[in-house]
Amino acid sequence: MGRKLLTEHINVEGINTFDVYRKHGGYRSVEKALKTMTPDEVTEEVKKSGLRGRGGAGFPAGMKWGFLAKPEGVPRYLVCNADESEPGTFKDRQLMTKLPHLLIEGMITGSYALGARTSYIYIRGELLYVLRILEKAIAEAYAAGFLGENILGSGYSLDLHVHPGGGAYICGEETALLESLEGKRGNPRNKPPFPAVQGLYARPTVVNNVETIAAVPVIVNEGGDEYAKIGIGKSTGTKLISACGHLNKPGIYEIELGLPVEEFIYSDEYCGGIWKGRDLKAVVAGGSSVPILPKELILKTAAGENRLMTYESLSDGGFVTGTMLGSGGFIAMDETTCIVKNTWNFSRFYHHESCGQCSPCREGTGWMEKVLHRLEHGHGSMHDIDLLVSVAKQIEGNTICPLGEAAAWPVAAAVRHFRHEFEWHVTNPKEATAPGAAYRGAAVLA
Amino acid sequence: MEPTTSPNKLQFSPAGQAEIKRLLTHYPEDRSKSALLPILHIAQAEFGGWVSPEVQDLVAETLKIKPIEVYEVSSFYTMFNLKPVGKHVLEICRTGPCMLRGSDELTANLERITGAKVGGTSPDGNFTLKEVECLAACGFAPVVQVREKYYEQLDTPEAVDAMLNELRGQIHRPILSWEESSSLPNSLKNN
Repeated sequence: MGRKLLTEHINVEGINTFDVYRKHGGYRSVEKALKTMTPDEVTEEVKKSGLRGRGGAGFPAGMKWGFLAKPEGVPRYLVCNADESEPGTFKDRQLMTKLPHLLIEGMITGSYALGARTSYIYIRGELLYVLRILEKAIAEAYAAGFLGENILGSGYSLDLHVHPGGGAYICGEETALLESLEGKRGNPRNKPPFPAVQGLYARPTVVNNVETIAAVPVIVNEGGDEYAKIGIGKSTGTKLISACGHLNKPGIYEIELGLPVEEFIYSDEYCGGIWKGRDLKAVVAGGSSVPILPKELILKTAAGENRLMTYESLSDGGFVTGTMLGSGGFIAMDETTCIVKNTWNFSRFYHHESCGQCSPCREGTGWMEKVLHRLEHGHGSMHDIDLLVSVAKQIEGNTICPLGEAAAWPVAAAVRHFRHEFEWHVTNPKEATAPGAAYRGAAVLA
Repeated sequence: MEPTTSPNKLQFSPAGQAEIKRLLTHYPEDRSKSALLPILHIAQAEFGGWVSPEVQDLVAETLKIKPIEVYEVSSFYTMFNLKPVGKHVLEICRTGPCMLRGSDELTANLERITGAKVGGTSPDGNFTLKEVECLAACGFAPVVQVREKYYEQLDTPEAVDAMLNELRGQIHRPILSWEESSSLPNSLKNN
């Protein structure tokens, strides 16, 4: 049984209220940081912890904090990215609903480290009901003296606000999020300048995912070195995995990084195996943007080693035989799943969510959706399969933000590992388009 | 506490106006445009579940920005309905994880039961069906969002019936949920 650093008290009755949260050790990191540590010492602990961005990119959080420009007399901001919308990912919603004070505590301690006097939680607009939960908890924190002027008599003051989006996946990209927070369309910005230099209102800004910020209290309380003892190598600490699809027990699991994928899928402590007694066909391990892997390659690397839930192990083999941990959105597909249909579905998503700024993404996602629709409905040709790969290649690396890659990778990987299934849709259209039809042949492993 | 909809001049309800005033304190004074998305949510809730050009003009006026600055934003974000809708807008998630657990079947069933087609409204005006992308509830698929509520695990006829019956029983009025917001003055909570 792994340690639970974030969710230990998640099922305690009333843990969403200040009093109960405080009784279970809540807000200790604020006291410790503001009374006994300098802001730089807090940042140093986060660096030592090895904590990596939990939104998907996995960039070292302490290093990101270290990049923040601190010109004299210019306000700077900490913005929490709660725009959770990567298909397969639903951990932040749960965390904020059940443990709103954990995020608020992390925001206070983090804002202190960065020298922010006003901070924002940008939450996706669909979660207005979670916004109300957070606002209620923030009001409690103000009343208890953990927010507002001169927190705990330390001389440090902070205002914290929650801001809703309006329904746009692209606002999970940090510069699109900042545009949106400024009341504009969510068009990602060209970089440089990076938000660390010119972010919200052109001022130095750090944007961190909910789960990243929620890990700050435990790092400050226990020390970065202690945190780094959990996990393997550069994958330190715990990670929330959102498990969905054809599993017996879908849900949110906090795991110690390093857990074998096979144990995560089949153990009763976690997902409890594949539903309806069926066999596993494929997994998208880190949210819809990461390459899909067939069963054989998600359980073991191409070299035959057990695949582990770490940034490194999941990306072992690069994009030829590996994938990414991403946001931890773990989508399992059973043997009856049609990979062509699923790929078409994801392509439709990216086409719908492309902001339209860059031609390769705006046009390319549309073409991929159309070609996949053709193939899925039995009107495709062999040439279409190569066309898909070619379009995906031309999007990749040619856009302002990573939505281009996010749209291209799943298509390229699906064709790489399930090419026979795409070909079967061309050669046997009648069979392939029958209701519930799914190709049962072998996947391409290398 | 209803918003005013006299033919000449739209106005937010007093509760809505109070909430807007509170929101504006969240941003630097010269950056009040930041409040655009939150105010559009209020506008949509107060004026019948959609934002007409007139309502968007009211939002522009409230923020002292050009109407085009509101139009370009309202048309970018999928939550804002730019056409009239029925009493309840059912936003059905259609993305991968929900599809794997039966969202296609759910959509077909909702079309059959309500008589509405996706993108349209049922003949009785009760339900508008809208397909949306991932709602971040994939472990509880398939999922439908109606205003501020998520209906989850809608993979049985019973679950779908329960949702529709609950909605049919609701008397339609503008949902002013910010009235319950804890940070509002007490005087507004009891209206």
